Amino acid sequence: MIDQIWLVPALPLGGAVALLVAGRRLRGVAGGLASLTVGLSFVVGLLILRDLLALPAESREVTRTLFDWIAVGALRAPVELRVDPLSLVMVLTVTGVGFLIHVYSMEYLHGDPRYPRYFAYLNLFVAAMLTLVLANNFVLLYVGWEGVGLCSYLLIAFWFERKAAADAGKKAFIVTRIGDTAMLLGIFLIFSTFGSVRFDDVFGAAGGLAPATATAISLLLLGGAVGKSAQLPLHTWLPDAMEGPTPVSALIHAATMVTAGVYLVVRAAPIFEASPVALGVVAVVGVVTALYAGLSAIGQDDLKRVLAYSTISQIGYMFLAAGVGAYAVAIFHLVAHAFFKALLFLTAGNVSHATDGEMNMMRLGGLAPRMPRTTAFFAVGALALAGIPIFAGFFSKDQILAAAYAGGFVLWLVGLIAVGLTGFYIARAFFLTFAGRPRHQAHPHEPPPLMNIPVLLLGVGTVAGGLLGLSAETGTIHGFLELGEAGHARGGLSELWLGVIATGVAVAGLALGWRVYISGRVDWQALRERYVALRRALARGLYVDDVYGRFVVLPAKATSAFSAFVVDQRVIDGAVNGLGRVFAGLARAGRRVQTGLVRSYAVAYLLGAVIVLLVVLGRT
Amino acid sequence: MRTPIAYFLLLSAVLFTIGTVGVLVRRNALVIFMSIELQLNAVNLSLIAFSRHLGQVDGQVLAFFSMVVAAAEVVVGLAIIVSIFRRRVSANVDDVNLLRW
Repeated sequence: MIDQIWLVPALPLGGAVALLVAGRRLRGVAGGLASLTVGLSFVVGLLILRDLLALPAESREVTRTLFDWIAVGALRAPVELRVDPLSLVMVLTVTGVGFLIHVYSMEYLHGDPRYPRYFAYLNLFVAAMLTLVLANNFVLLYVGWEGVGLCSYLLIAFWFERKAAADAGKKAFIVTRIGDTAMLLGIFLIFSTFGSVRFDDVFGAAGGLAPATATAISLLLLGGAVGKSAQLPLHTWLPDAMEGPTPVSALIHAATMVTAGVYLVVRAAPIFEASPVALGVVAVVGVVTALYAGLSAIGQDDLKRVLAYSTISQIGYMFLAAGVGAYAVAIFHLVAHAFFKALLFLTAGNVSHATDGEMNMMRLGGLAPRMPRTTAFFAVGALALAGIPIFAGFFSKDQILAAAYAGGFVLWLVGLIAVGLTGFYIARAFFLTFAGRPRHQAHPHEPPPLMNIPVLLLGVGTVAGGLLGLSAETGTIHGFLELGEAGHARGGLSELWLGVIATGVAVAGLALGWRVYISGRVDWQALRERYVALRRALARGLYVDDVYGRFVVLPAKATSAFSAFVVDQRVIDGAVNGLGRVFAGLARAGRRVQTGLVRSYAVAYLLGAVIVLLVVLGRT
Repeated sequence: MRTPIAYFLLLSAVLFTIGTVGVLVRRNALVIFMSIELQLNAVNLSLIAFSRHLGQVDGQVLAFFSMVVAAAEVVVGLAIIVSIFRRRVSANVDDVNLLRW
């Protein structure tokens, strides 16, 4: 079945093409068709997994070349797919979670005027992500990378009639493009250093890299990863991306797009390994982002924006894990996060569906009695996110913190604080949305079954996902991935104690959320009034966006205005129009010759003849 | 004794000048046309004078060509003048000045 690996990206791509070409005619079956292609991809992925497991562990790395794509000079970039444990785990996560989100969307987007186009984009999104994770060279990976960026733009701005949505789409595209440019430079540098862009050639030779080159390549690649994965300082597009339909947010946050950065760092680990500086930067970016996004999440009043900052924070954990060399743990957290974040987003979608799109938690509350199942599933997702034992998030986050502890005490401590923040903000979101007295007029109701089944399956995944990796040494997924773990050489607290502390902090965060927002012992509405400045700072993500607006966007706009209205309109247009005016003037003077009087022409003719005659005679 | 060639050339030059002046100063298309014929024939005259003077037949051949062309030109030119006259009830060339700035 490994020979049929091309089917995995080809199926969703085919679906996208069919829906784009004949969307109008396929309107009735668009959702079903799109879901089917992704579902079939998942099945193919499972069959390939079976074949791969049948191979001995050391030869679980198969490549299949489909055709030569670019072959110019020394540059060889074939369309070559790579099947190894890492890419297969990504394939299964993307297609599995993606499939559930497709099914959910069938009901959520029902009746939308652009229903077929939505599923075309969704399919294209999955196809691009699969290309990204299956590529066996950096150029093909970049194709998927940009494809993902394009689809995120199309889907975030799907309801482009709303200006906010159109702007958010553009912002996502432009901000990630900044990172993509760095990544492209990194790929250029890889080619000029190694003379090849194929993974096998590059990673095989990565050990002998000069540290400076390794650092340069790593940091450029990290730039791309930071943009795509919404890490500091290029995270600002993700909270705004909440303008898209909720299932799109689920897809972006759980299966596609933001996990691409983590995948890239893990995939390019041999290069990062050659540069301790770069690895350190990865870890620091990750942990600072985790802390920053956790803080910002507390200040959000919009349920989806809480989840958005939560994603930024969780991806930060993945970067932290990758930065301290615990690659398998990073991927494990990626998988676990895919489950519980998709679950949280889809339940948030249920809320949105039930309340006519009301997502402001200040106007929600008291949904639990009306929507018991949604409430329960959101709670499961929230507990997993907070890292409470038996849920998937507990195991992965625990292992990340243990790895961080081995990597450095400060990393661990900051990560631990972020755990507490996580517990607090998700408890706040849960209680404000579902508990207490209703602060709205709507009559919420549970969604139809087609939306409930994906939620149910994701809930099962969230609870059982932890079984994949009970510990960093013996976990199923870790053993399968075989990515070489960082040594747990550091003394001090044992892993058990680290786990207990992390869980304690998470529980404390949850308890604080409970105490502030539901117990009635604290008047949280009064607190909001009292600490207005703090609340606003958190709500605006510590003003990072405003700083960019002031120091990047405004100067850029001023420069554009200068080149548009002064350079273009005055200088360039002036030169062109001036030239035109000169000739128009000459023509206006010259056309007087054309009198229309035959006799004056005859005079000119005669004079000309006489002059020619004189010249000829004069020369002889 | 032969008439010297200078006499022929002088007559030719006088005729040509009359034709040229006629083309330039007259307004009636028919008169201009006649003046052009005068110029052509002045040239023909000098051609034949040279032909006789040099004892070569080339000049006469050229004169015949010139006469054939002149005849064809008269046919076309008169047709144009007639059709302009039908349209405008005038043969004044200064009235035909549509192709001006």
